[in-house]
Amino acid sequence: MEAAAGGKRAYSIIVPTYNERLNVALIVYLIFKHLPDVNFEIIIVDDGSPDGTQDIVKQLQQVYGEDRVLLRARPRKLGLGEFRTPMKQKVTGADVVTGTRYVKNGGVHGWNLMRKLTSRGANVLAQTLLQPGASDLTGSFRLYKRDVLEDLISSCVSKGYVFQMEMIVRATRKGYHIEEVPITFVDRVFGISKLGGSEIVEYLEGLVYLLLTT
Amino acid sequence: MSASRTGVGGDGGGDGVSSRSGRRKASHSQMKHIFKIVAILVAISAIWVALLETSTVPRSYTWLLPIYLVVALGCYGLFMVGFGLMFFPTCPQEAILLQQDIVEAKEFLAKKGVDVGSE
Repeated sequence: MEAAAGGKRAYSIIVPTYNERLNVALIVYLIFKHLPDVNFEIIIVDDGSPDGTQDIVKQLQQVYGEDRVLLRARPRKLGLGEFRTPMKQKVTGADVVTGTRYVKNGGVHGWNLMRKLTSRGANVLAQTLLQPGASDLTGSFRLYKRDVLEDLISSCVSKGYVFQMEMIVRATRKGYHIEEVPITFVDRVFGISKLGGSEIVEYLEGLVYLLLTT
Repeated sequence: MSASRTGVGGDGGGDGVSSRSGRRKASHSQMKHIFKIVAILVAISAIWVALLETSTVPRSYTWLLPIYLVVALGCYGLFMVGFGLMFFPTCPQEAILLQQDIVEAKEFLAKKGVDVGSE
């Protein structure tokens, strides 16, 4: 990795939040603890949380510095993913490194049988029909090269949950080099998950949309 | 190796423009995925019709082939789901480590004056 000159960071870690005051403190602490020698910044994108998430972020800025922890506040809820464990990163020539829960050394914790069954069914369906080039379509832990991210973002139209699928499928179709690293996913400790019961319908709609457009 | 950058805001990232446009061209020539699936289905139907017409196998068998295909696909799907469920990777030890991390983080942040006391 080349050294970043003039305060420019080698990595930007983007953390979307909505009512995550304890989780945001935890994730910032863990990132700084586990990446002591990495030139990174954390960008927290908060969708106008009413629980004081942004106050916590401001306190974290006092601890770690306003140049390392950045707050981008959005006025209202626009949709987000879940973040839990820090991504173990592999140095390769890859354009996209994506975390996967479904391989050896990866895994989930705190899922009941129903959730595992749904997850497996969705996965088999997508792998068979879509051949997406990644084993975990909806995992939120991804590392993109900047120009690759800009290219993909400009060609993705989905919002929310399906966005994660569209990004990785389009990356595969465009011929970008994708590498996978195992991640572990411990179900949320604080707060409540914002993913609702319409998850399955949304997933299937996303699948059909991607079949037709990619 | 050039530095990997992620991020939405800010400047930079001029390198890689040429490789990107090359990839864009490649993506235009690519077939939409649904057409690949339709093409496979059409090919299978063509073989089936040919078998029906030429009667190399008795017709009563040939009529049943699509049902066998659907059953086979269903079995494949069920097997894959079942197999994946049996060997679903879990990480109980990570959950314990996370609990330790939480205690550690709360202690550290409380000392630094971050309000982590209330849920």
